[in-house]
Amino acid sequence: MSQSEPAPTETFDPAAILTKARMGHHVALGLRYVAHGDDWCEGALDYDRRLVSDPVSGILASGPIVSMMDTLATIAVWIKRGGRAPQATLDLRVDYLRPAKPGESVFGRAECYRLTRRIAFIRGIAHDGDASDPVAHVAGTFMLSER
Amino acid sequence: MSNVRLLPYADFLGVRIDGLSDKGDGAPLLAMPFSEGLIGGPGRLHGGAIAGLLEIAAIAAIDATLEDEGQNARSIFKPITVTVDFMRPGLFVDTYARGEVIRIGNRVANVMVEAWQDDPARPIAAARMNLAISAPAANEG
Repeated sequence: MSQSEPAPTETFDPAAILTKARMGHHVALGLRYVAHGDDWCEGALDYDRRLVSDPVSGILASGPIVSMMDTLATIAVWIKRGGRAPQATLDLRVDYLRPAKPGESVFGRAECYRLTRRIAFIRGIAHDGDASDPVAHVAGTFMLSER
Repeated sequence: MSNVRLLPYADFLGVRIDGLSDKGDGAPLLAMPFSEGLIGGPGRLHGGAIAGLLEIAAIAAIDATLEDEGQNARSIFKPITVTVDFMRPGLFVDTYARGEVIRIGNRVANVMVEAWQDDPARPIAAARMNLAISAPAANEG
């Protein structure tokens, strides 16, 4: 997602990628930071009528969920790599288990479960309040460049 | 093409209909002009914005197959799986996409979608989308 390489002395703060961003797609979507750990990152999209697929049902389009999971997975890979480094999404697969409830925030959690020299493997879920009843399952890979 | 309706999310991305696909199947050609809200990182579009365009193009291609103008693909076809492959970085120029309905059966529709920028022969991303058909009124293959 990013080619930027901060100075080596700069400390890597996964939260700041979302909380300090002022422009770009995830800012337009309103993606907010929730939490992160050693190899995962969690965020949320608050309900927004601009993001619906069908004005009658008010159900969120699947695109914003893909965008959220792509961003969270990117951050999860950076966390596991130890900092921001060039990488590109190779593929993403999303299984839609059920529609998100209109009016509810959608939470996403992405985990980088395996890192090789060239490829990062990610998986994640999106849910609307109960992580045991997900809206979507996500799996994907990222291609890594040297830092 | 009169059946094709874009979703509110398409307005959010700035996606518009830009004529018909050159495949002669009635599917629309969609355009997503570059804008700041699509940026993913320095010099690159966000992969999620490109995936969003692919999804909209898939739905629009299905819309074009519906015979009844009162039908709306969004109420009939629900995405089950979407698999997106990213081949090239999206640059800060306009992006185009078109979907091709591979098959519409009684229960499931399969759609292929490609997105490109300068050259349709050099796609930046492609997706395969499987959708469940929830109403019996849908076209049957």
